[in-house]
Amino acid sequence: MSQADLLDQDPVFQLKGSMLAITVMELAHNDLARLDQQLGEKVAQAPAFFSNTPLVLALDKLPEGEGTLDLDALMSLCRQHGLRTLAVRASREDDIKAAEALDLPVLPPSGARERPIDPAPAPVAPSKPAEPELRPSKIISSPVRGGQQVYAQGADLIVLAPVSAGAELLADGNIHVYAPMRGRALAGVKGNTGARIFCQQMGAELLSIAGHYKVAEDLRRDPLWGEAVHVSLSGDVLNIKRL
Amino acid sequence: MAKILVVTSGKGGVGKTTTSAAIGTGLALRGHKTVIVDFDVGLRNLDLIMGCERRVVYDFVNVVNGEATLSQALIKDKRLENLYVLAASQTRDKDALTQEGVEKIINELRENFEYVVCDSPAGIEKGAHLAMYFADEAIVVTNPEVSSVRDSDRMLGLLASKSRRAEKGEEPIKEHLLLTRYNPERVTKGEMLGVEDVEEILAIRLLGVIPESQAVLKASNQGVPVILDDQSDAGQAYSDAVDRLLGKEVPHRFLDVQKKGLMHRLFGAR
Ligand SMILES: Nc1ncnc2c1ncn2[C@@H]1O[C@H](COP(=O)(O)OP(=O)(O)OP(=O)(O)O)[C@@H](O)[C@H]1O
Ligand SMILES: [Mg+2]
Repeated sequence: MSQADLLDQDPVFQLKGSMLAITVMELAHNDLARLDQQLGEKVAQAPAFFSNTPLVLALDKLPEGEGTLDLDALMSLCRQHGLRTLAVRASREDDIKAAEALDLPVLPPSGARERPIDPAPAPVAPSKPAEPELRPSKIISSPVRGGQQVYAQGADLIVLAPVSAGAELLADGNIHVYAPMRGRALAGVKGNTGARIFCQQMGAELLSIAGHYKVAEDLRRDPLWGEAVHVSLSGDVLNIKRL
Repeated sequence: MAKILVVTSGKGGVGKTTTSAAIGTGLALRGHKTVIVDFDVGLRNLDLIMGCERRVVYDFVNVVNGEATLSQALIKDKRLENLYVLAASQTRDKDALTQEGVEKIINELRENFEYVVCDSPAGIEKGAHLAMYFADEAIVVTNPEVSSVRDSDRMLGLLASKSRRAEKGEEPIKEHLLLTRYNPERVTKGEMLGVEDVEEILAIRLLGVIPESQAVLKASNQGVPVILDDQSDAGQAYSDAVDRLLGKEVPHRFLDVQKKGLMHRLFGAR
């Protein structure tokens, strides 16, 4: 087989099904002057929406008695406002003929699949990246007893009352305890290595930042046991400093 | 409307029943119509300590099940006009009590008494939960040792989060610490925690300190609440605690090692 024969076999196209979101403009009245005016108002509200927007003109809801529609004039009006007509949807005899004369595809009348859309107004200023959302700290003012667990999700945890042995404090952010701290405190539990722990009186069973921890056995040997401390992570070592 | 008082601890054998009997009797002695309710289904201790075990016909579970009315089940104290006991069942198991059943009886008692003293079973399970659920005030009985303090702490957490008042978002249960079986000599030797240590760890108001005392065992053997032995140190300490419960300012006693005099050394302490 020659080279040319092989090329002949090569497919030139492929047919693909697709669902396109297309705007349908449904006309309620055969009144081009008012349409011009009202379309102009819409365009002013949302200029970005009306630029080369593909459009299906729906003429099937036009009342019988409203006379013959000038399809040519309607299409150029639409074009002036940034709408490009792809097809018409029509049921009246005259409209179908006019469309065929312009070589425009005619779609069957509404299958009631559309919903009204209201083009969103253009944002006033160029959009800034969203500010990180500030979650309010979780504040606990009654004692946290053994067997209880408090978790400040996506936030700091502030405790104003004693934390007993056997109690557990968890926070995605920092933990502050302004009273004796005898339980477990785990800050930055989702991995925030910048989280810190502040204790007015550190007698903890466990202190942890982003998974790096010290248990009571080590903590008790620390000269700052029972003192006001500030705990942070440097590398993978917990640093305990006097407050 | 009665005040519902629960005597609770978490840990077993720390003196809850001794305390329920003493405090309930003390309230009645001061003219308040009081009932002491035994929530320790299956064990039944309170009636022994109150000396009414031979007069138990119906119990708490019978009333819950509608097998007896409350007035049939209430045992009137022989010594005090306005003191009653509601005994626990010895024959049923712990599941005989339900929250609805308890609520019905507590509401009925509320109408007819000034104080309802609930003697809780040990533990933090269902029985202890039912005893504290409807409480207005709690007496947390604690011995001066680490395990008892831990359990009390745990119980305080449950009082603050799992009671009816907590669930309804009402004013929290008023908590009182009662330190029992306190032995100043052993504290001095470092074998037991001191009052300040326990107060600091639990951080609640100290209602009283009851010394370790021979009088307690003697009283319970005789079926007389120790508070009626007004010559004994434990009886006096419980009296002070009842006064404080009723809002009186009373200095704490029996906290320090007593200097023993010659007579004591010769004849031993009573
Ligand atoms: N102050 C005291 N001095 C000496 N012994 C005491 C004192 N208080 C309680 N006891 C003794 O301790 C034991 C347990 O007391 P009690 O039955 O009141 O405890 P409880 O907390 O009700 O126990 P349980 O958890 O089993 O219900 C008893 O033998 C009692 O006599
Ligand atoms: Mg008991």
